[in-house]
Amino acid sequence: MSSAGVDRGFRRVSAKPPVRAGAPRGRLRFWPQYVAVSPFFLLFALFGLFPVGFSAWLAFHRWDGLSPVTFAGLEQFRFLAADPTFRKAVVNTIVIWVLSTVPMLVMSLAIAALLNSVRRFKTFYQVVLFLPSVTSIVAIAIFFKAIFNNRVGLVNQVLEGIGLPAVEWLNGWWTIKIVLALLMTWQWVGYNAIIYFAGMQAIPGEVYEAAKLDGAGPLRAFWSITVPMLRPVILFTVIISTITGLQTFTEPQVLFGTNAAVNPNSGGPGQAGLTMVLYFYQQAFNYNNYGYGAAIAYGVLAIVGVFALVNWRLVARSEK
Amino acid sequence: MALRTVPPATVGARPRRSRGVRNPARWAHVPLGLTALVLLFPFYWTVVMATNTNADFYRRPPEVVPGTHLLDNVSSVLTSLNFFGSMANTFIVAASVTVLVLFFDSMAAFAFAKYEFPGKRFLFALMMLFFMLPAQLSTVPQFITMSELGWVGTLQALIVPAAANAFGIFWMRQYIASAIPDEILDAATVDGCGFFRQYLLVVLPVIRPGLAFLGIYTFVAAWNDYVWPLIVLVNPDMLTLQVALSQLNTTRGTDYAVVMAGALMAIVPLVVVFLLFSKQFVADSVKGAVR
Repeated sequence: MSSAGVDRGFRRVSAKPPVRAGAPRGRLRFWPQYVAVSPFFLLFALFGLFPVGFSAWLAFHRWDGLSPVTFAGLEQFRFLAADPTFRKAVVNTIVIWVLSTVPMLVMSLAIAALLNSVRRFKTFYQVVLFLPSVTSIVAIAIFFKAIFNNRVGLVNQVLEGIGLPAVEWLNGWWTIKIVLALLMTWQWVGYNAIIYFAGMQAIPGEVYEAAKLDGAGPLRAFWSITVPMLRPVILFTVIISTITGLQTFTEPQVLFGTNAAVNPNSGGPGQAGLTMVLYFYQQAFNYNNYGYGAAIAYGVLAIVGVFALVNWRLVARSEK
Repeated sequence: MALRTVPPATVGARPRRSRGVRNPARWAHVPLGLTALVLLFPFYWTVVMATNTNADFYRRPPEVVPGTHLLDNVSSVLTSLNFFGSMANTFIVAASVTVLVLFFDSMAAFAFAKYEFPGKRFLFALMMLFFMLPAQLSTVPQFITMSELGWVGTLQALIVPAAANAFGIFWMRQYIASAIPDEILDAATVDGCGFFRQYLLVVLPVIRPGLAFLGIYTFVAAWNDYVWPLIVLVNPDMLTLQVALSQLNTTRGTDYAVVMAGALMAIVPLVVVFLLFSKQFVADSVKGAVR
């Protein structure tokens, strides 16, 4: 992002803040700044810092919200490490994330490059690309539930119409994940394309002029100039997509919320749509296993952290 | 993926035209147009399903043009759930959160962008760390806090924790750092303006475009928020639109005409707001933090 001209440091800050004559000395003279930042930090203390610490404490205890709290030590983490349902949820989440994020970001890049190459209708395309991301996930999940209906959904009617067999989309291990990935791709592909497009606008035209003089075609220019210069932006989208993708919750929750055979938050047939956060929600708020829920939350944090770090290293290494 | 956790294009792109370098490729309109069609199709099909009967949904081949049953479906939605009540709740929450976020975030951002004070770097780093933490870590304790405060089932349980956020401060800081020249602030200081008068008289008027963008963004995110309202709004009369919609999906899951009418009613206000402000939205997100 530095190449795009963002002020990342604090270099614009005046070296010496002007002090009026007669203003209080010492730390006291900074009171307006502390007042200005205090609302966030008060909320942060109450709804951020305290809960995170409390979660850590909870993870070592058993509590259903009513009975007395009992100490569990590492037992819940031990249980988590061996929990087959959690493993299922981890695999589901990662498969859904890979199925959605990788094709989505590649398509976003292609769309952004196309958008950057046209002169007309730019605003129209940008509005359309943005539109899905301002649409509610609940409404979109319901829509996908309707068109991927196992019997009469639009997708199956089209498949049968062109002579292909219908697919029980919302029943199979893979198909459930594909539907979820399509849903997430539909909602965020344009959004990421706009981010890439914004990054491309920041690349100075002279670089392309020089490349053209050296005989580089448009594809070569894309690989040798656009992609490398977009690296900070790509890194940003990959990290954000990882953090949010690994926390997928609403899509499977709404899609399979009516599947009450096991539990409304079971993640659908075969629990194929049970993501880590959905499992967390089920344990904490359906079964009131607050302690185990907290342990799952820390498990999610660990997994998200590892993935974000690996992404970071991968994208940063390709720099060389 | 929740919109809340995905910052918009704050890549700080400084738009620089490079005319004549890349030849405008007309053929690019073909894939772009197809993409637009795919992205717009669900809106069209939602209208088709919401304006026909449920029997039309089960027919083969399906009805492909909008029908005349919208009002029947809408009235079914209205009898199934307290739609306007939910909408009012959602509006109160989204509007309050937006106003508070704009005020608190821009003020904090001004302090971070233009002033030095002891502990500033530490506080900023702490804030960014919080930004990275998964929400689930705080969900259970937050719910317990809310029940201790007696706020479970109330709207302030949704408003207060969201009243200031790290992303908005980060984004506004970038914006203020580049939109407000130090010289203006120095001049204001010479004229005897302290921190808060500078904020009110100098900063606020200049950052209006940035506030507009953050405002729409915050409003949309608050309007579409789902997980936390689902957990904390236990009272069936006090739902927000997204939770009400998911309940419609659960109770009337087989009546697609009604459920899709509900989905349509839930997204239309937002899409209208977005289209009204889209020029601002698109322009600002593309320009990023740099004016």
